[in-house]
Amino acid sequence: MKLVTAIIKPFKLDEVREALSAIGVQGITVTEVKGFGRQKGHTELYRGAEYVVDFLPKVKIEAAIKSDMLEQVIEAIEKSANTGKIGDGKIFVFELEQVVRIRTGETGAEAL
Amino acid sequence: MKKLIALVALLGAVTFGAVGTALAQQSVDTTTPNPTAKPPASAATTTTTVTETIKVDAKAGTVTETVKVEEKKEEAKPSAPTPNKGDVAWMLVCTALVIMMSVPALALFYGGMVRAKNMLSVLMQVFVTFSLIVVLWCIYGYSLAFTEGNSFFGGFDRLFLSGALDAGKGEFAMAATFSKGVVIPEIVFIAFQATFAAITCCLIVGAFAERIKFSAVLIFMVIWFTFAYAPIAHMVWFWMGPDAYTDPKLVDGLNAKAGMIWQWGALDFAGGTVVHINAGVAGLVGAYLAGKRIGFGKEAMSPHNLPLTMIGAALLWVGWFGFNAGSALEAGNSAALAFINTFLATACAVLSWSFGEWLFKGKPSMLGAASGAVAGLVAITPAAGNVGIPGAFVIGLAAGLVCLWGVNGLKRMLGADDTLDVFGVHAVGGILGALLTGVFNAPSLGGPGFVTDWVTAATGFTSIGEQLWVQFKAVLVTVIWTGVVAFIAYKIADMIVGLRVSEEEEREGLDVNYHGEAAYHG
Repeated sequence: MKLVTAIIKPFKLDEVREALSAIGVQGITVTEVKGFGRQKGHTELYRGAEYVVDFLPKVKIEAAIKSDMLEQVIEAIEKSANTGKIGDGKIFVFELEQVVRIRTGETGAEAL
Repeated sequence: MKKLIALVALLGAVTFGAVGTALAQQSVDTTTPNPTAKPPASAATTTTTVTETIKVDAKAGTVTETVKVEEKKEEAKPSAPTPNKGDVAWMLVCTALVIMMSVPALALFYGGMVRAKNMLSVLMQVFVTFSLIVVLWCIYGYSLAFTEGNSFFGGFDRLFLSGALDAGKGEFAMAATFSKGVVIPEIVFIAFQATFAAITCCLIVGAFAERIKFSAVLIFMVIWFTFAYAPIAHMVWFWMGPDAYTDPKLVDGLNAKAGMIWQWGALDFAGGTVVHINAGVAGLVGAYLAGKRIGFGKEAMSPHNLPLTMIGAALLWVGWFGFNAGSALEAGNSAALAFINTFLATACAVLSWSFGEWLFKGKPSMLGAASGAVAGLVAITPAAGNVGIPGAFVIGLAAGLVCLWGVNGLKRMLGADDTLDVFGVHAVGGILGALLTGVFNAPSLGGPGFVTDWVTAATGFTSIGEQLWVQFKAVLVTVIWTGVVAFIAYKIADMIVGLRVSEEEEREGLDVNYHGEAAYHG
């Protein structure tokens, strides 16, 4: 099993969710986050005071999937979150040791 | 301390209310008995009234006798001017508009610009300062500012507003306007001017916001109001009124009773010196003495809610019609002129600030447009009824650009952390407006000129250079006076309770530490 974490542009969230649903991903977790990468922040000017805003708002999605779906999931996210411009985000893949469904007590791939 | 003031006010009101009946009306005023029960003054009306009274009193008196007595009465007491209902209605509305300018407009304008953790502290400082000054105004402030005294301070004739009215007898003292024979009830004038005193003090709050103790604000306000606002209002605005000028022989004597700056002939329609320069300089002194906020220039201190600031600025604009046009003290040509100037100059300033920002800073901002509106309103204040349309155009356009510099280049030069740019907008805009009033008052530049002879109410103009010099002197006296008083007032507040909150309290925010509540949850 794998845990796929992707940092994407906030307005791409719906497209990514649709693309993942379409290939059979059963669920994802979404968090609003801030961060910086190669995309530069912006400056805000309030009368005489200028502030550089380094951390840009992004959305982090996490999806736990079966290992054999990994290529499909990566491709789905890559395509749906792509704008071609700087700041589109990144995808991180982790090994997932265990999954437990709390309601039934199922474990492993069955709990996904 | 607030409890104490309230108690004093209550006791005073009771005592002086009882004594009030015995006190004679002041020389500047003419009393009209029962104004509500009678139509506007005319010789015929007065005669009828007197005749009726005498008939009832004398009962058995013959017709001839009655007529004789009536004639004598008329000679002894010429018909007292009765206020026009339109004027009274207009001034009551204007007074309420100025209240709206402070609470809520100024509070929201300021509140939106601070960080969320200090929102309530700013709202509270404005709200309570406003109320405090209105109470002090009715206790002694009005008397100090608007009764006869010397050329710096008024007297104590109107302590607790004694003599301004006798509600039991239905007698209301009348206050002069700028037209002969036109009066308004003095209590209307008192209320109108109370709002000016109160909003001026509230303006100062913006300069030391986000780091000063609430108790220090109140102590400062009491001292500064007493020793800076009241005397400067007296110096600029107190005079004996047009009706007193009946004979050329009286002119020198009457002029000598007026405030010093009024005697110089300085023009300040609605408070460029009294309100904006006064508050702006006091604010700057406060910003220096309170010191910079922790993290100033290093941490982001972005406004937490600019939509509130926009609402505040918009309400200020509306309320300012009461402030400026109301300063005509009657509903007439002068009020209409002040109205259109307040309208036009403000719109000009919004444009010039916005385009200036676009040009020099890259983007036109909402905060810039709102600030431009306030800058235009400030600058047109002394000029409102004193300039024509050309003056409004130039003053408005200049205000937007000069105040934009006031909050950028000038602010950096001064090096003070004037939180909400009270100096950069109010003092700078006020000085600009006060000086340009001297220029655009000239009839050659479309201005109305000023009254040169109050006996005949003839208007004229001297020269732009001469008037500019008078305006400059008025500005200079105001800057020095308010600067010195403010410095002493802050020092006293600092000695008694300390100006500055602790570092921990400042980081956590004044709302939770000084008011025990938070503006926003979740």
